[in-house]
Amino acid sequence: MPENPTPEIIEPEGAAQRIRSGKVSTRKIEHYVARLEDTPLQDVDKVDESAVPLSMWAQAWRSLRKQPLFIISAILILLVIAVAVFPQLFTHTDPTSCTLSNARKGPAAGHPLGFTFQGCDIYARIIFGARASVLVGLFTTIFVVIIGGALGALAGYYGGWLDAVLARITDIFFALPLILGAIIIMQLPAFRDNKSIWTVIITLTIFGWPQLARITRGAVIEAKNSDYVMASRALGLSKFKTLVKHVVPNSLAPIIVIATISLGIYIVAEATLSFLGVGLPPSIMSWGNDIASAQISLRNNPAILMWPALALSVTVLSFIMLGDAVRDALDPKSRKG
Amino acid sequence: MSTFDADRPLLEIKDLAITFNTPEGPVYAVRNAHLSIMPGETVAIVGESGSGKSTTALSAIGLLPGNGKVTGGQIIFDGEDITNVSDKRIIELRGNSIGMVPQDPMSNLNPVWKIGFQVKETLKANGLAGDNAKERVAEVLAEAGLPNAATRANQYPHEFSGGMRQRALIAIGLACRPRLLIADEPTSALDVTVQQQILDHLERLTTELGTAVLLITHDLGLAAERAEKVVVMYKGQVVESGPALEILRNPKHPYTQRLVASAPSLASKRLQTHSLNEAVEANAVEKPVHSKAGDDVLEIKNLTKVFKLRKSLGKSIDFTAVDDVTFSVKRGTTTAIVGESGSGKSTVAQMVLNLLKPTAGTISFDGMVMNEQPESELFKFRRRVQPIFQDPYGSLDPMYSIYRTIEEPLRIHGMGDSKSRQNRVKELLSHVSMPSSTMYRFPNELSGGQRQRIAIARALALQPEVIICDEAVSALDVLVQAQILNLLNELQKNLGLTYLFITHDLAVVRQIADDVCVMQHGKIVEHSSTDEVFNNPQQEYTRNLLGAIPGATLLI
Amino acid sequence: MIRFTLLRFLQLIPVFLGATLLVYFLVFATPGNPIAALSGGKPMSPAVEAALTAQYNLDKPFWMQYLLYLKNLLSFDLGETFSGQPVSDVIGRAFPVTARLAIMALVFEAFFGIIFGVIAGLRKGKLFDSTVLIASLIVIAVPTFVLGFILQFVVGVKLAWAKPTVSPGAPWSDLILPALVLGLVSLAYVIRLTRTSVIENKNADYVRTATAKGLSRRRVVVVHIVRNSMIPVVTFLGADLGSLMGGAIVTEGIFNVPGVGNLLYLSILKGETPTVVAVVSVLVLVFVLANLVVDLLYAWLDPRIRYA
Repeated sequence: MPENPTPEIIEPEGAAQRIRSGKVSTRKIEHYVARLEDTPLQDVDKVDESAVPLSMWAQAWRSLRKQPLFIISAILILLVIAVAVFPQLFTHTDPTSCTLSNARKGPAAGHPLGFTFQGCDIYARIIFGARASVLVGLFTTIFVVIIGGALGALAGYYGGWLDAVLARITDIFFALPLILGAIIIMQLPAFRDNKSIWTVIITLTIFGWPQLARITRGAVIEAKNSDYVMASRALGLSKFKTLVKHVVPNSLAPIIVIATISLGIYIVAEATLSFLGVGLPPSIMSWGNDIASAQISLRNNPAILMWPALALSVTVLSFIMLGDAVRDALDPKSRKG
Repeated sequence: MSTFDADRPLLEIKDLAITFNTPEGPVYAVRNAHLSIMPGETVAIVGESGSGKSTTALSAIGLLPGNGKVTGGQIIFDGEDITNVSDKRIIELRGNSIGMVPQDPMSNLNPVWKIGFQVKETLKANGLAGDNAKERVAEVLAEAGLPNAATRANQYPHEFSGGMRQRALIAIGLACRPRLLIADEPTSALDVTVQQQILDHLERLTTELGTAVLLITHDLGLAAERAEKVVVMYKGQVVESGPALEILRNPKHPYTQRLVASAPSLASKRLQTHSLNEAVEANAVEKPVHSKAGDDVLEIKNLTKVFKLRKSLGKSIDFTAVDDVTFSVKRGTTTAIVGESGSGKSTVAQMVLNLLKPTAGTISFDGMVMNEQPESELFKFRRRVQPIFQDPYGSLDPMYSIYRTIEEPLRIHGMGDSKSRQNRVKELLSHVSMPSSTMYRFPNELSGGQRQRIAIARALALQPEVIICDEAVSALDVLVQAQILNLLNELQKNLGLTYLFITHDLAVVRQIADDVCVMQHGKIVEHSSTDEVFNNPQQEYTRNLLGAIPGATLLI
Repeated sequence: MIRFTLLRFLQLIPVFLGATLLVYFLVFATPGNPIAALSGGKPMSPAVEAALTAQYNLDKPFWMQYLLYLKNLLSFDLGETFSGQPVSDVIGRAFPVTARLAIMALVFEAFFGIIFGVIAGLRKGKLFDSTVLIASLIVIAVPTFVLGFILQFVVGVKLAWAKPTVSPGAPWSDLILPALVLGLVSLAYVIRLTRTSVIENKNADYVRTATAKGLSRRRVVVVHIVRNSMIPVVTFLGADLGSLMGGAIVTEGIFNVPGVGNLLYLSILKGETPTVVAVVSVLVLVFVLANLVVDLLYAWLDPRIRYA
């Protein structure tokens, strides 16, 4: 019950007792009745059986597939994934066979984007570098969703000490920005000496999960206070099963949106770490590494830096745009009840 | 500003058409609407949600939502055609010629500004602040019935109760002495007793000031009681208009007849007197006859619930939401618990459902004390006692199809195989008069009343003996509400159900309940048969509640 | 209000303790030889090793180590760099530079972010709105270091409007370009947040009521829509001050700004773990204090919180 800071009843007692008889006007008021043909009476609350039944996801899909931003970003993402899985299909040039005599040369036949500082084919390196970025983004997102999602859901649903502890822990992690925290971890001996895609994924997961935990917690708290949750409990469904069957499915929308956008952000983070020299080892071909090593030739050959940067940015942009489009499609305000 | 002319309508709306542009194409929200308000007159527009009543009224003050547009007809204010008038002119008119009192007092005051500031800017914008703006603000607030107005002007909206906020909004609406006040459901968010007070005050004030009022309401009884003239709208059109009492006593259009017959506040009285006409008869809610020899299926003894309200730094204060409540419910009958917001009635419902642990007291179901039983006994209990909740938009999981929704209880309790469950779902849908094709649909495709039917079907799936209806019809439009009440009555007759009916609406109680418990501040203040409570209320509080039902005395 | 401030302050203490403990734990308690880490992996004499062990109390139990570290931190005794300078002096020189850089970036993102966000929100769905939205997505998608290189190359080298790198004293004028780069990503977030907030508020009931009172369009927008939309934006901006200082590492590297980020970067390259831990601890402190300011601002902006 909300606290009532002021009394509701102000008028003197007994004011309610007077007999009310309605108002009668001294003016002549015409009694108008519309013709029944013009204002046909319809059945009260009739079910419209003509429409095709649609679930929430089907509705979201319907509005999504009409959005140009969604279509563009989805196509780009599929393309990037295809490149990451089957790089051989997109180039026959070996990205590791570099000849110094080709260094910093412009585009040539079979080498559409020219050569790097070491004389490697830029196009081939971009194609083969996609895998590292996609793997880091994808796996970090998967781990973050599993860990952050589970902890956030449990904390939001059960509340109490679990929630309090999680709130404090996320506060602590938020005090360390992603890049800062990642730098610290990546330069630890255990990580520095075993650099690989997995160390980057683990590091980004450590600093990425609290954000998702917070989002999930909020969504779960909103869902758990719904009447349908109470109805299911009253039907005899156990508390945990209610979480799994009703609360989690109804909390998915914001999680999907944030996960999609975060995937892009993790790819940027990986590139930034590689740029700072604490990300992927130079032996792994990645956009971040290529951009970092192109720094030295920036003033004279900006193209060497621009191409991998462009590939990276377009990939990230696709994920962020996809997340944005999905957010609009799943927005409960835009779906009418 | 034109001169005052008592014989010329202050506001005249002619053949008004309003269209909304939506992604799904244009929606014709209002067609051929017409009404006129004379100076100083109170006119009410009555209609259900989606009837176009608010849209029509708001168009007169240029407040249609961004995608809405006047696509035909005329709006004439005091002789001036303001249908397509410039923004500058409409801003001039707002406040000092046409004022507004909005619907929800909780969301209509800006939470970050003090009440006084929000009144003062109204005066300033209309050039009425003068040199002593502060005193003027206090005067205006005091006029609207706010005690200690000068001090209160320095407070923020969140420090005000709902009723007080509505008074502040009335003060704002009338601050610049408009000739016309548009009151859009000004009290429907408030408890009945508060509602009555505020309307009384508004009526007195506008009469003194000679302000014409355009009252928008869904409640025909309230409209008839407060207005000289009533305009009934249905699906964007005006179906009937005329003198308030005449419309109420002698409705001509079949829709108005339906509305009069279904309005609970009016219908309850009508049941005792002779029926008005055939339409009324056909729509009347018929109360089933119960065998008197029912045993007490539910027995609630000394039920108490204390919540700890958290204050800062681990301190907490006790708040007794339910205080020593005792009552019992006879098998096959309906017992209503009536109370205003904060009376503890819903807390009682949750405890009876064993979804909330009582602080003290016992709840016995069929002779067995339930609140001390292990989980396994509770599981069996759940089959026999089922709830229906208030919000038809919240009580169904939006991710579940109607089939899965109704099947869920059968699945949880391991009843039947998939084939028999499907048959049972179809059967349950027909119980609540829904076509079986509905089962492939999702809740967001159904209206509020239809969702409530699905919620009833789900509750019936386990063949329970008792159903707890927590404000189950409060969120529905009058006609749909009558339909659902009839359905509940019919199901009770056919299946021998027992209802515990939680509601704030005494008028509805009259239609459905056999016994009534009136709750106030967590306590039961009156407990008796429905007839007894209505005809011979023992408590002042009950009498106030009864007296506050709008329009209750108009049809005798 | 004093009680509220005190309460918020008390709530921040565990966050500060937790974050420093986390950093300390990561650096000194994870697998691997912490002494080797302290020396940057280079071989060293037993005498140096013993000295380092004593300096970081590595012979004592972990909790003891942490408490002693905390005591040193609070008395600004942060140890020495490899070249023998007190870490506190090094940070003392770098900190003001980064603080100026971050504040400039903050002013930049607040000013343009709010203006663009408000206009976009008020004109939702129009050309300006769509352009700003897509531009903000692009800014978020392109890594800061790429943006930094591009701006450095175009503005600093090609157009020569500004110096491509910052002079040793880090004068204000030299910091404009780095501040722009630093604030750019946050600018995108401020625009989006302001826009969302404005769209939400402009459809609020109290805005309609304000219009119905006869207020001018301008007053409705400024006093009711924008004022209310500032609550989440100011919160974001306050918290962002901490992130900007921590995030300056990339920008300072590109423009060679002698700030905290650059110090951190060089310390990492050299493997100077003590300096890294000290710098990070100071940044955490800044973040926590910025959050305190945010809480107070929040209470000032939203009267509903003030007395809670």
